[in-house]
Amino acid sequence: MTIPLRDRIGEVVLELEDISLAFGGVKALTDISFDVREHEIRAIIGPNGAGKSSMLNVINGVYTPQHGSITFAGERFNKMNPRRAAEMGVARTFQNLALFKGMSVLDNMMSGRNLRMTSGIFAQALRLGSAEREELKHREFVENLIDFLEIQAHRKTPVGRLPYGLQKRVDLGRALAMEPRLLLLDEPMAGMNIEEKQDMSRFILDVNDEFGTTIVLIEHDMGVVMDISDRVVVLDYGKKIGDGTPEQVRQNEAVISAYLGVAH
Amino acid sequence: MGFFLETLFGGLMTGMLYSLIGLGFVLIFKASGVFNFAQGAMVLVAALSMARFAVWIPQWLGFNNLILANILAFMVSAVLMFMMAWCVERLVLRHLVNQEATALLMATLGIAYFLEGLGQLAFGASVYTINVGMPKEPAFILESMFEGGVLLNLEDLTAAVIAALLVASLALFFQVTATGRALRAVADDHQAAQSVGIPLNRIWVIVWTVAGVVALVAGIIWGSKFGVQFTLATATLRALPVVILGGLTSVPGAIIGGLIIGVGEKVSEVYIGPLVGGGIEIWFAYVLALVFLLFRPQGLFGEKIIDRV
Repeated sequence: MTIPLRDRIGEVVLELEDISLAFGGVKALTDISFDVREHEIRAIIGPNGAGKSSMLNVINGVYTPQHGSITFAGERFNKMNPRRAAEMGVARTFQNLALFKGMSVLDNMMSGRNLRMTSGIFAQALRLGSAEREELKHREFVENLIDFLEIQAHRKTPVGRLPYGLQKRVDLGRALAMEPRLLLLDEPMAGMNIEEKQDMSRFILDVNDEFGTTIVLIEHDMGVVMDISDRVVVLDYGKKIGDGTPEQVRQNEAVISAYLGVAH
Repeated sequence: MGFFLETLFGGLMTGMLYSLIGLGFVLIFKASGVFNFAQGAMVLVAALSMARFAVWIPQWLGFNNLILANILAFMVSAVLMFMMAWCVERLVLRHLVNQEATALLMATLGIAYFLEGLGQLAFGASVYTINVGMPKEPAFILESMFEGGVLLNLEDLTAAVIAALLVASLALFFQVTATGRALRAVADDHQAAQSVGIPLNRIWVIVWTVAGVVALVAGIIWGSKFGVQFTLATATLRALPVVILGGLTSVPGAIIGGLIIGVGEKVSEVYIGPLVGGGIEIWFAYVLALVFLLFRPQGLFGEKIIDRV
């Protein structure tokens, strides 16, 4: 289904080195290193409590690791913060939907254009020509995204009223509105039925294919992950136990025992 | 009937003033999730600054023009509110991100005392007047319908129009501009707003400035009616029931809550007051707020609080 690795995948764009993160005495992540290449779909999988979401939050700058470094687009950081990450082109979606519930689908996605808005607050308030033109330009971009995600019929609906599957799609849309270089998806298919999962898989592949966006995704559902990702990192109890193509990971002893338990 | 209408109008005018103060509470609560105890102190400082600069500026620059003096004083006061907002964000809010609501509440209590002290230190503690040239003479309307017509205070009417304009332009600003959208986004979900690169710090400065300007307008109207003095800071606590009634998260709620309490106070004082010996106006709002807390704690328009078990 995916285009062969060597045609599409570029240089390393994100590199994590020896990341360790602890909350008080609880070690969430221990010495984790892996890299993500440009244009690839990279999955992070693992059983409950393996540290997947923590890993994503480290990349995104929500958590600051006690140890280790993050290199993104050639710049090395010991800590990120969410705003700088956003400025550098990292967008994300949330496991438990963090949409602006009172706002319409359109407004939610327009808020993703925030960093690209340059007109000042007074120009906006007085509706000066420049601010007006800028708004229109961004509106056009967002309308195209709405078409892409097939949510035209709901553009004016407050997102709080949409069914769960569509809310997930709006969450993706808001992240895409940022025109991200790196897209982090936190369990994009959690709680979905088969049909919704298939739709979401298709959107993820299309985004990767059409916009060339690099994608890091966390997923519970092994089947889905193996189908759509180029390479997979496996975490268990905050440690990396496997890394490679879906085929390699499937045959990895440590991974099998983490998922199925070890015979004693 | 004519007398009832007079009472009603009187109540609506006072209520409008409560609405303005309540609006300040709601704006800040929505955007930063903190109940801002300093709103009253902000009204006081803004009114003091307006009263003093309207006198000082003509003295310093040597002109004698009431309108120009008021415009300049308003601008200086607005800039002062912006500086206050900037300092509050830089010195207080920034260090309390993700802290418990109680910590933030206590911090605003501190800001309140600080502002009250600073305001009186800078502008003096006497009673001042604000004269923005509001019409003082009363007018009579509906003379054809009632004998003697209905007495309407033109000053109140002007104030009501100004307040309505302010609220309408704020609503428009929130709905149609990109910054307004960012403000609504922050009010909805901090974490998500950060993830799309909306700068929380800048948004807080904007919101506190807007709340400051609302406080300034409320302070001018109040000061022009009753004079500016220290009690202004505590008088604004009477707007507390307004936000309980309307809901802390609802802008329309603050406006309607203010009007209900304004009217309720006046009407109950006039019609029920004589039966129980008067003095209802002082506690009416609080009793109403108490009733609401018992039966509808989220207020008329607030978001329903749902706790999962």
